[in-house]
Amino acid sequence: MREIVIISGKGGTGKTSLTAAFAALAAETNNSVLCDADVDAADLHLLMQPEVQQRTDFMGGSKAQINPELCTGCGTCRTICRFGAITEQFEVDPIRCEGCGVCVDFCPVSAIDFPVQRCGEWYISNTRFGPMVHARLGIAEENSGKLVSLVRKEARQLAEQRGADLILTDGPPGIGCPVIAAIGGATALVIVVEPTVSGIHDMERVIDLAAHFRVPGMVCVNKFDLNLEMTEAIEQMAQKRNIALLGRAPFDPVFTHSMVAGKTLFEYGEETATHQRVREIWAKIINSPSMNPLGIVDFKATIQ
Amino acid sequence: MIISVASGKGGTGKTTIATNMALALGGRVELLDCDVEEPNAHLFLKPVIERTQGVETPIPLVDESKCTFCKKCSDICRFNALAVVGKRVLVFAELCHSCGGCMLVCPEGAITETGRELGTLNFGKRDAIGFINGQLRVGEAMSPPLIKRVRAAADPERITIIDAPPGTSCPVIAAMNGTDFVLLVTEPTPFGLHDLKLAVEAVKLLGIPAGLVVNRADIGDDQVFAYAENGGLPLLLTIPFDRKIAEAYSRGKMIVEEMPEWRQRFIDLYHTIETIVQGSRAAVCAK
Repeated sequence: MREIVIISGKGGTGKTSLTAAFAALAAETNNSVLCDADVDAADLHLLMQPEVQQRTDFMGGSKAQINPELCTGCGTCRTICRFGAITEQFEVDPIRCEGCGVCVDFCPVSAIDFPVQRCGEWYISNTRFGPMVHARLGIAEENSGKLVSLVRKEARQLAEQRGADLILTDGPPGIGCPVIAAIGGATALVIVVEPTVSGIHDMERVIDLAAHFRVPGMVCVNKFDLNLEMTEAIEQMAQKRNIALLGRAPFDPVFTHSMVAGKTLFEYGEETATHQRVREIWAKIINSPSMNPLGIVDFKATIQ
Repeated sequence: MIISVASGKGGTGKTTIATNMALALGGRVELLDCDVEEPNAHLFLKPVIERTQGVETPIPLVDESKCTFCKKCSDICRFNALAVVGKRVLVFAELCHSCGGCMLVCPEGAITETGRELGTLNFGKRDAIGFINGQLRVGEAMSPPLIKRVRAAADPERITIIDAPPGTSCPVIAAMNGTDFVLLVTEPTPFGLHDLKLAVEAVKLLGIPAGLVVNRADIGDDQVFAYAENGGLPLLLTIPFDRKIAEAYSRGKMIVEEMPEWRQRFIDLYHTIETIVQGSRAAVCAK
């Protein structure tokens, strides 16, 4: 089972548009499963129009709840809560509550309940490019890393059941808990970078993170023609870090137009040079040594 | 006055709006970059960093000579950050949420606290504009504690502009909670609209007045504008797509420097926000 995880560090560089385009290309030759691991602001479904087959609640952590009939107002909970989550009226602010349960254990009259929270939902769906596992984290919820791990695990199981040999995972932006949960154990990372000062800065941080996990990586510069010097700087930095270069995709309004139409790049309009470039990028990904490891993990091939 | 700039979707122009508004308003402002996973505001505002400070979060330190291995600490920990294995107590530092429960519950007083490095806080200035950013240590999973530290370092005498992280989960909530106004930035595309709706839900949950900036306003379609109008989300500024702006951004240049006519538009944006905030305060008092 091989899994490609598409990440970027910076948001809005084109991860999801490219993932969707790759999904269309993968469906031409491979039997693959799609996975949207950006559970916080998931967008892949807008291009995939999944038909949900199975819907499951995601139960995250618990939160404290004070029973006013039992509460004596002794103030113990307010004193020990390190998150400032208990108001002067002895109510729990759910936004601030960390779910540590310390108040629950130390309340002298056991007036605090600790119900498990439904933090979101996850889905198994059908799409025109194969099955898809995706999720929706509730607004203002925690545990996004846990939900990312869950959708990746489910995608893997589904791939095994359906005899699929490839998982295409759309990752979250940033370098925090959801990204850490998204990249561990991936066969290879595809890092989508835009040639801007922030794009290169954020790429460097996500590469540093990926180096921890000893995952092979490949870089694709999106909107490369916005700044050619920066594109070259990105490619040089990638090579220094042992990251394969996949090529350059242009800044082309066709990406926005196809998105507005709810379609992937390859379902929209005439084939142009942009389509050709994205095809070449996909061919490099799927034929890369890191995607064809013959079961051997070569740590020299990972991001350094 | 505390204004947070947020978006749901990444890459819509939060940093552009936050830094340009700060530069247009000048020395009355302090800019806080709370996108601690990928802080970018300094690349545009180019502050001189005057001071850097490490930030830690407390984690337990177990004195095994006092420990009776009663397991009360591992039982109370909801995050599985402690495990008692035979005559050893294992601390999984990266799982600890710093609640202090284990220290409180230990009957032998065998637990004290040490720190886990979260990242750094950087303090600086661009001319008279104050600047603080947080930079999450690479490998650290939890950004909200660091975001809260950036917020806590703000100068209350100044206008605070917060560049928030993308998304709608705990990091962005930590950046927006308790601010006077949320300025939402989006682009008029299906992704932009979808994530804007999520961000609006988050803002409603927090009960903060909000307004909208549409960036690259002429790409995509008009659904974002229709949504804002129907949902009573005031449209405060539109920025057209201009290859010149995009290329200037790629080099770290700011709109108000490259195109001075934008300076007044960002000042006006601030004044509109000020009026809305005063109006909503008056409405709250009237109740």
